Amino acid sequence: MPISAFLTDASVCIGCKACEVACKEWNHIPDDGFEWSGQSYDNTHALGASTWRHVLFLEEKQPMGPQVAGIEEPFRWQFLSDVCKHCENAGCLEACPTGAIIRTELESVFVQHDVCNGCGYCVVSCPFGVVDKSHEVGTAFKCTFCYDRQRDGLMPACAKACPTRSIQFGELEELRQEAQVRVKELQDRGYNDAQIYDPTGSSVGGTHAIFVILGQPEAYNFPPAPEVPTIHLKSAWGAALVSALMVVLVVCLAFVL
Amino acid sequence: MATNPKITEDRLDTLREEAARTGTIQGHGIVPVGGPFPRPASAASYHGNPVLKPPTWTWQVPLYFFVGGVAGISALIALVAHLFGNVGLLRAGLWLGFAGALVSAPLLIADLGRPARFLNMLRVFKLRSAMSVGAWTLAGFSSAVGLAVVCHELNLAGYGNDFLLVLEWLAEISASLSGLILASYTSVLLGVTAIPVWSENRKLVPVVFLAGGLGSAGAVLELLGFLVPVTQFIGIVASAVETLVAITIELRGRYVDRPLREGAAGWLTRAGAVFAGPVSLLLRIFWGHSAVARYLAAVCFVIGALISRYAWIGAGRVSSRDPQALFRIQRPAA
Repeated sequence: MPISAFLTDASVCIGCKACEVACKEWNHIPDDGFEWSGQSYDNTHALGASTWRHVLFLEEKQPMGPQVAGIEEPFRWQFLSDVCKHCENAGCLEACPTGAIIRTELESVFVQHDVCNGCGYCVVSCPFGVVDKSHEVGTAFKCTFCYDRQRDGLMPACAKACPTRSIQFGELEELRQEAQVRVKELQDRGYNDAQIYDPTGSSVGGTHAIFVILGQPEAYNFPPAPEVPTIHLKSAWGAALVSALMVVLVVCLAFVL
Repeated sequence: MATNPKITEDRLDTLREEAARTGTIQGHGIVPVGGPFPRPASAASYHGNPVLKPPTWTWQVPLYFFVGGVAGISALIALVAHLFGNVGLLRAGLWLGFAGALVSAPLLIADLGRPARFLNMLRVFKLRSAMSVGAWTLAGFSSAVGLAVVCHELNLAGYGNDFLLVLEWLAEISASLSGLILASYTSVLLGVTAIPVWSENRKLVPVVFLAGGLGSAGAVLELLGFLVPVTQFIGIVASAVETLVAITIELRGRYVDRPLREGAAGWLTRAGAVFAGPVSLLLRIFWGHSAVARYLAAVCFVIGALISRYAWIGAGRVSSRDPQALFRIQRPAA
């Protein structure tokens, strides 16, 4: 079975939010409250229980590759559509105590809403801050990778609605190669800070949603070296074991002395 | 050539310069709430917005952390009391553990919103999920301590036989082992998350939670009337550990620990540490012969340990909102 993946390219995103709208309409997601954030044209803040695609708007005081801004100060306005990363080693999936979060045959990470019991442990275990608990429903929600559409041979709604092919959908390894080609092309054209965001070197083991970005990951609120929290299981349980043995010793001493 | 008598080219230049300099234009019209905008995103993070999501846990969860700690350690104290033939502490420890188990489950279930959802926890067992381990531990502990209480009371009431005695021992040993896990898994639960202040203190939180559970179990037994050397010794050790932990947090001065030292969560942490640490410790050392001081020390420790649970959850909430706490861990050189 090929691994489904997204390649989202900041360099061609125009910030139209067609992906956000398509996602909301297809998946019947409620609104986020219609409030002005004051953060450029971004009024949905971040990914969450009711935002499964989120378009970031970055106004930065630096040139956009070789482009001339037309004002004295260097300036660029960047956009990027963020989404659940569908990690190779997913923190949410490892944390889930009910088995509600599963890996599908498409290798995506999926929350079964009828099984989720709303314990909220996935929320604090996602190294990207993607999954959240809906206060209306009381269970966890995030991008489904349009599992229903993919089962019927359709591409995810966001990718289908994207007018600039900023969101590409396809097979993971093919998209990884495409991303490399794209970054090289951008760098050749003077966009020196173009890079791929795909944390393969960390314990997350790479993601099934990869990105072409201009600048550092931090500017997009992408963790530069995300870790799946369960790598710390041994040290945390180890400390708990040592502490527990000390407690047993203290209680025994209390009766002896 | 385009002309407009009301506005000159100079005026347009002025507007552009003012907008570039201050980010807003002083003039007629409406200044929107939240202005001036659009605001530029800083390079250090996306508009300073949180990267991570805050914990969604309600007020019942820290209280459950506390009660679970008391219950688990009480069962251990009961077992050791049994080994040393201390009948009074055996019975009180078992009942305290049982009472704690009875309170724990409703607290944990209340956080889920719909009670029946708790059953979903018991459809799988995942060693890699501290939440799953905890749910099963609570179920196991409740059964074991309940069985121990029943056997113990039957034995006391004169229905005892060899089988019941063996069963009581087995139940007490099971309750002690699962009790230790119950009192400590909550610290692993916090340590194994993406939240910086929890994750970076994954070796310290078990010490805090177990010392808190130990001291609180001893303190509650004291408040039940057991002003004996056993509870005094436990109280002194637990308060000393709480004091050392507080000193460690203060002296280490790490950026990631800022929620434990600053703001509401920081002062809550300090308040909890002072009550459970030095105040309780000094009362015991200098006025240990006085019953009133012992009661006071016990109350102080319980209050301190309870505050501390809320402080740790609060610190996690603050930590989740700070993108720099996360970035500094992942890029130490920067």
